[in-house]
Amino acid sequence: MSEKTNSENLRKNIRDSISNQKRKTVTVLSSLLAVQDKLHYIPDEAVEEISIHCKVTINDVWSVASFYTNFRFTPPGDKTLDVCWGPSCHINGAQNLINQAHEQLGIKGEGESDDNKVTLRYSTCLGACAQSPVFAIDHKMYGKLDEKKLNSMIEELKK
Amino acid sequence: MSEQYKKLEELSKDYLSKIYKDKTVIRVQTGTSGQAVGADEILKLLSSKTNNKINVIEVGSMGLMYLEPILVVVMPTGEKIYYANVDLKTSEKIYDHYSNSQEILLQNAFACESSKNLDISIPNINDLPQFSKQLRIATRNFGEITPGDIMQYISTGGYSALNKALFEMSPEEVVEEVKSSGLRGRGGAAFPTGVKWSFLAPNKAPIKYVLCNCEEGDPGAYNDKGILETDPHTLVEGLILNGYATNSNKSYVFIRQGHDIPINAIERAIKEAYDKGLLGENILGSNFSFDMEVSLTGDSYVAGEETALMEAIEGKRSTPRFKPPFPAAAGLWQKPTNINNVKTISYVPQIIKNGSDWFSSTGTEKSSGTAIVCLSGHITRPGMYEIPMGMTIEEVLDEVGGGSNSDSDIKMLQTGGPLGGVLGKEAFATKIDFDEMAKSGAILGSGGIIVCNETVSVVDLIRNLVAFNQFESCGKCFPCRLGNTHMFDVLQRLADSESNPGDMELLERIGKSMKIGSLCGHGQLGYNPISSSLKYFESEIIDSMNNKSEPLEAMLTPTRTRPNSAE
Repeated sequence: MSEKTNSENLRKNIRDSISNQKRKTVTVLSSLLAVQDKLHYIPDEAVEEISIHCKVTINDVWSVASFYTNFRFTPPGDKTLDVCWGPSCHINGAQNLINQAHEQLGIKGEGESDDNKVTLRYSTCLGACAQSPVFAIDHKMYGKLDEKKLNSMIEELKK
Repeated sequence: MSEQYKKLEELSKDYLSKIYKDKTVIRVQTGTSGQAVGADEILKLLSSKTNNKINVIEVGSMGLMYLEPILVVVMPTGEKIYYANVDLKTSEKIYDHYSNSQEILLQNAFACESSKNLDISIPNINDLPQFSKQLRIATRNFGEITPGDIMQYISTGGYSALNKALFEMSPEEVVEEVKSSGLRGRGGAAFPTGVKWSFLAPNKAPIKYVLCNCEEGDPGAYNDKGILETDPHTLVEGLILNGYATNSNKSYVFIRQGHDIPINAIERAIKEAYDKGLLGENILGSNFSFDMEVSLTGDSYVAGEETALMEAIEGKRSTPRFKPPFPAAAGLWQKPTNINNVKTISYVPQIIKNGSDWFSSTGTEKSSGTAIVCLSGHITRPGMYEIPMGMTIEEVLDEVGGGSNSDSDIKMLQTGGPLGGVLGKEAFATKIDFDEMAKSGAILGSGGIIVCNETVSVVDLIRNLVAFNQFESCGKCFPCRLGNTHMFDVLQRLADSESNPGDMELLERIGKSMKIGSLCGHGQLGYNPISSSLKYFESEIIDSMNNKSEPLEAMLTPTRTRPNSAE
């Protein structure tokens, strides 16, 4: 496929997700969420399309997109591992598990593994504190984690 | 009474008997917490099996999260057997056992529920303190019905309060009832709910909103999302009542993206309420019309502040507004607006149904009703419990929570979210109610109680809390944006045993500036974790200040500059 059709397809995809939102109230934020839901990131084209659809400037869209920490601007890895560092998880040993995840995936801080298979993200709370420490893979939670469980989770992710 | 409601009630009875009559029903408790330990896979497995004597249904968590995954078997005779910590293998065994036997299987069973003595070796659930010490009002349906299933909700008396209000009470009477119940906001500020409603009710504006705040960003608290994912119709009914009382047109339920389980549950509930004529035009045949929609936000803790929340619904950056004007005068899209927390609203149907006297007879004089607490950390029974106000912290920890989960004693608690406080042992005799908790230096706030044993250093805990606060500052007010970062730097020095003379005074000075120079609680309360810790652990902190303690292990430093963010 030529580069042009690629970009046209991307724009069509973006326009579809902006105009087919599930909920009635459409705003810059809801449109950004809809695009990220579909593409898992916000390409420049989406910022343009949203500014046209919502009749605001490109800067207005950037202002919102850069504010909320869930938005990203490059494609993520195939799978996303959310690691929780909230206080419940922290006192139950999350820091050691995060160190382990860093080491096993070869990621420093937040970001992608070299083969782009996994994105590691810090999370302030995943909402299952009773089962802490908790990590999540693509929104599915894994609780009562220990070194061994995490090890097999990550080996599975790397496959 | 409306004919429509009467019909729904009858339909719900038929619906329920189809599930339960002459069947053994296996309830699988799912939800966010259950999913984290594999309950969804168990549900999938059991649902794939077929047997004409057994029905498998999904229910939400009953709150005993330390025992999850939990299965409850309801026998055709009405007895219930509770099974804990089941996995795929044991759950299949339980299924297979009941497909050809009426005998009670004891393996993995931790409790039963029956009016007669079953003569078995497991206790009755009502004899377990973690259950019997509770008073379940907002959470009365937890673990009993399928989340979002309107027929099951109606079968428990659901929407009867709405039916009563619409046809027997004027909006003013509903406001009065809530006012005299003494219900106070469960979101943190503890403002009397009825009084708040009475600010909005007389406003004659043609468009008015009632908002529901489920942006529960507090680490350690999961009760708002818990209500949404376990019994969303209670919230829907409460919001319609809120709308009727204040003569408003529309409600938004505000929740963070990514929490799929509560989002799906509330959307199912809203859809089914529309289908049955409980939302939309002329509800139950009355003159009252009301709409409801879910509004998603991106990741931002400050979005839980009431005016920042309105900015987010409008699609902007969730930063707080200047007040006045207050929301009741100019809120969402500059229209008069009421905003309440999920827990607050979830009490309303029961208050309308049973009367304000019934509600105010529980709890303490100034804090009526119950508190929904979330226990986590170093405690034997982490979970979500609804306890009457006035119970002491000690009772909650020991009798409900089962005490420390190891040989190490409980040293301190973190309550009310990262802007709340840290409490030492001396405070454990405090009664749980809004005013007593505030006196002890903490707040009840969202109801999260994180329990730490002797192995946790207080500096490590406050470093974690302040790290959260600096990461989540929205940046609008510089004393909060810079102050939190500065405090985190100082705490990092403390943790590394490299603190400078005067660091203590420095922290205090930063805290003061944040308090007077910030628009919202995020900055105003940012010093709370430190000030409350000093109250109980001064000597430990001073030792760290004098670099007498061992350096702590390094903690990650979260920053708002994300990798791959726009260049």
